[in-house]
Amino acid sequence: MKVILSNLTKKFPSRNKKSKEEVVAVSDFSFEIPDGKLIGLLGPSGCGKSTMLNLICGLEKPTSGRIFFGDDDVTDLPPEVRGVGLVFQNYALYPHLTVLQNILFPLQNLKGDKKLTKEQMLEKAEQAAKLVQISELMERKPSELSGGQQQRVAIARALVKMPRILLLDEPLSNLDARLRLQTREELRRIQRETGITTVFVTHDQEEAMSISDIIVVMKAGVLNQIGKPQDVYDDPVNLFVAKFLGTPPINVFRGEVKNERLFIGGEDVLSVPGVCDRKVYAGVRPEGFILNENGAFTCSLSAVEVMGRDTSVVSTHPDCENALIRSIISAENRVDTSKKEVRFDLKPNKVFIFDIDTEERIRFGQEA
Amino acid sequence: MKNSNFKAWLYLLPAVLFLGFFMVYPLVDVFVYSFEEGYNSASQTFMGVGLYNYKYVLHDPYFLQAVKNTFILVIITVPVSTGLALLISLGLNSIKKLKELYQTIYFLPYVTNTLAVGLVFMILFKKTAYTDGMVNLLINLFGGKSVDFIDGPYWAKMFVLCFYTVWVVLPFKILILTSALASVKQDYYNAAKIDGTSKWRMFTRITLPMISPMLFYLIITGFIGAFKAYSDAVALFGTNLNAARMNTIVGYVYDMLYGDSGGFPSYASAAALILFSIVLTITVVNLMISKKQVHY
Amino acid sequence: MDTNDYEKIENAAKRRKRITRTVTYILLSVWALMVLFPFYWMVLSSIKSYSSYNSEYVPKFIAESPTIQNYIDAFTTVPLARYFTNTLIFTLVTTAVMLVVTVLAAFAFARLDFKGKNIVFAVFLSLMMIPNELVIITNFQTITNLGMRNTFAGLILPSVTSVFYIYLLKENFEQIPDELYKAAKVDGTSDLKYLTKVMIPICRPTIITVTILKVIECWNSYVWPRLITDDKAYFLVSNGIQEIRENGFGRENIPAMMAAVVVISVPLIVLFLIFRKKIMAGVSRGGTKG
Repeated sequence: MKVILSNLTKKFPSRNKKSKEEVVAVSDFSFEIPDGKLIGLLGPSGCGKSTMLNLICGLEKPTSGRIFFGDDDVTDLPPEVRGVGLVFQNYALYPHLTVLQNILFPLQNLKGDKKLTKEQMLEKAEQAAKLVQISELMERKPSELSGGQQQRVAIARALVKMPRILLLDEPLSNLDARLRLQTREELRRIQRETGITTVFVTHDQEEAMSISDIIVVMKAGVLNQIGKPQDVYDDPVNLFVAKFLGTPPINVFRGEVKNERLFIGGEDVLSVPGVCDRKVYAGVRPEGFILNENGAFTCSLSAVEVMGRDTSVVSTHPDCENALIRSIISAENRVDTSKKEVRFDLKPNKVFIFDIDTEERIRFGQEA
Repeated sequence: MKNSNFKAWLYLLPAVLFLGFFMVYPLVDVFVYSFEEGYNSASQTFMGVGLYNYKYVLHDPYFLQAVKNTFILVIITVPVSTGLALLISLGLNSIKKLKELYQTIYFLPYVTNTLAVGLVFMILFKKTAYTDGMVNLLINLFGGKSVDFIDGPYWAKMFVLCFYTVWVVLPFKILILTSALASVKQDYYNAAKIDGTSKWRMFTRITLPMISPMLFYLIITGFIGAFKAYSDAVALFGTNLNAARMNTIVGYVYDMLYGDSGGFPSYASAAALILFSIVLTITVVNLMISKKQVHY
Repeated sequence: MDTNDYEKIENAAKRRKRITRTVTYILLSVWALMVLFPFYWMVLSSIKSYSSYNSEYVPKFIAESPTIQNYIDAFTTVPLARYFTNTLIFTLVTTAVMLVVTVLAAFAFARLDFKGKNIVFAVFLSLMMIPNELVIITNFQTITNLGMRNTFAGLILPSVTSVFYIYLLKENFEQIPDELYKAAKVDGTSDLKYLTKVMIPICRPTIITVTILKVIECWNSYVWPRLITDDKAYFLVSNGIQEIRENGFGRENIPAMMAAVVVISVPLIVLFLIFRKKIMAGVSRGGTKG
């Protein structure tokens, strides 16, 4: 099922009694989710992701704008007729019901010609349980399950009525690190098997990057960028997106463009054809550094962390916005730790420059 | 270690003394009293040991009347007050405006003197030479006939007693249930809403089970409290409850102990122990049912 | 279904919601009225003059010529001021003694180690289940035999103990981390000083809760005072009001009676309105009435 959001805006009345100003949680949001894809809605906490999810499933009504599922305008429909499944951050499993009863719960609500017989319900519940591999836990209570198992039950409950769209709110945040990796793959598999258009919300960029077909980066209720994870990583539209994606994070420097060349701390580090003279932020991905004794860019060396496959060079620079510069280089390169300095060349496709005021991307070379 | 033992006991001493003297000793003593036959308060002597006191109490028409009254009171007020409190709490939890004001008002009866406000209820319901009373005028307005609720027929008096009891016990129940309802996470309702669960089903399948521990707590304490009813009755009908045929078991105990018909601690003890065993039985039954019903 | 149908569903749902809300507010207001009416009525009756009250076959909902005569009567014809002072003394002393006894015991259970602590605490807990009605009989006999009827000692002593409050405080004391106690010990603080300077200030909210609950309980207590006093000089307000009702003002003087009821009710209501949040939180943690 294709989902189209068009000019969606959601305002909340101010919680502060004194100022009458409304809080804008989602502002003029438009995008199209293609059918059968896994979409990661990504942003820092408080950026309106959860509101977005509530708008799609119908728990909240938008202040303006429309929502379409396929060709149906569902904007004014209550959640139950939209045909959505929602997995809550803390799962919201009914603690007094068994796993089976929890999964049956949505089916028992069906009325009229959709009403199912007991056998049909049981069959559907078993199918859903099998899909998420919890068939042997059906008689347990939620309190007797581990976090990962509860998560699966929650997914089964959301899937059992075959929703047109599946929504997941921070699906992995309540799991420990090991389970998180495992569940990530699991989510991917379940989504592939069912082919249901799935939207999940997360503040963890790694999570979003690793399993999404498409990621949507938002900040303060505003859509910043949408695209395939690698495309967004390689081609961020502004400083925020560039900073938000990637571990270790991008290194940001204050710099200046003069005569189509980028200067950082007085050093001429890179050619930026097509950019007129101005002050800029320059973002360099950790993998954008090439170790070179005669390199153009000089930093003071702090530490070298050898991590087997690669080496992480930690250094500092007075014009760097981050406290430390992290650069990842191949382990074959040896760094002379006796020196106080380290010199780099920069890879042009790993360097992004941004307007210092608007923080918008300034393209250079062939991209421009 | 010896020193610290001594010190600890010193801290405990006042509590131990008070409790020993006014709780543990009386607890033993009440059993003794209840088996001492023909105890004389003045000379502090008794004639024999046996079950006579229990036999006497169980054959005393005043006691039987008190038992009947107490049971009627319990059977009516516990379900009515719990149900009403649930209804009011549900209403309170569904609104935002004026919620605090309503909560404050509903709690007022808790902090009032039962005896004092009982008097107000009495004059509202009482029929005198001067006036039929507010309630009767209201009944007349709807075409009914005046009834004397305070000195009149049994059912009328019982009605006032139940009404006043419910009025007095509601604040506590509303308070407990409102916070129990508020503690049910909104996520559960959202999850149910997405699945198209009807309001009634949400109530029976989610709300009720989730607040069931608190509900059972209220029912159990409600039973215990209602079985010990006394001052509400005094407030409405005066101290001579036997004459008004409105006595309760606790009232009977006190009357046996003190007052016009007093001076019989043995009978009082027997009656108190009978009451205690009734309450204990019902509490145990309640707990057994709640074990089966409360699932988590 | 086309959009029109959805609109219908939507509108119907909206209408239903509005109706539900209205009905909710109406029902809530009806009960609020039921609660408030007796209070209104007692104030109203208390400012009507004796003659006008008795001449109104159909009571008026406002007092046409309000008077404070009834309040004067309440204080002069019957010893209301005396009842009031008695109750005040009874409440203050009982609560104070209870606090000392309770805090000391809770401290011993929470902080100190001694032989037999668990057994003693188990006994304490089991005492929580004993209803007052069982022990009151012997207490009545004891106080009578000691010749303490119609004394404050007789009124107060058996009302002091409360196992439940000891339990409540002990739980609260135990939440204070051990490190604080050890630190105090290292600094050479005595146990008693640690209790008064550290534990009591930290647990102030609970202590206030317990105090308020006890004050309410004392102010409204009726049964024990009734058993133990027959001299009007020692009556508390509850007994006083009963006495007023039965032998009152020489004749059935309801306005004066209502004035007395108002006077008795006001202190707790004022206390409640000031400490509303604290009292409600306290009662939901430790209330038992009802």
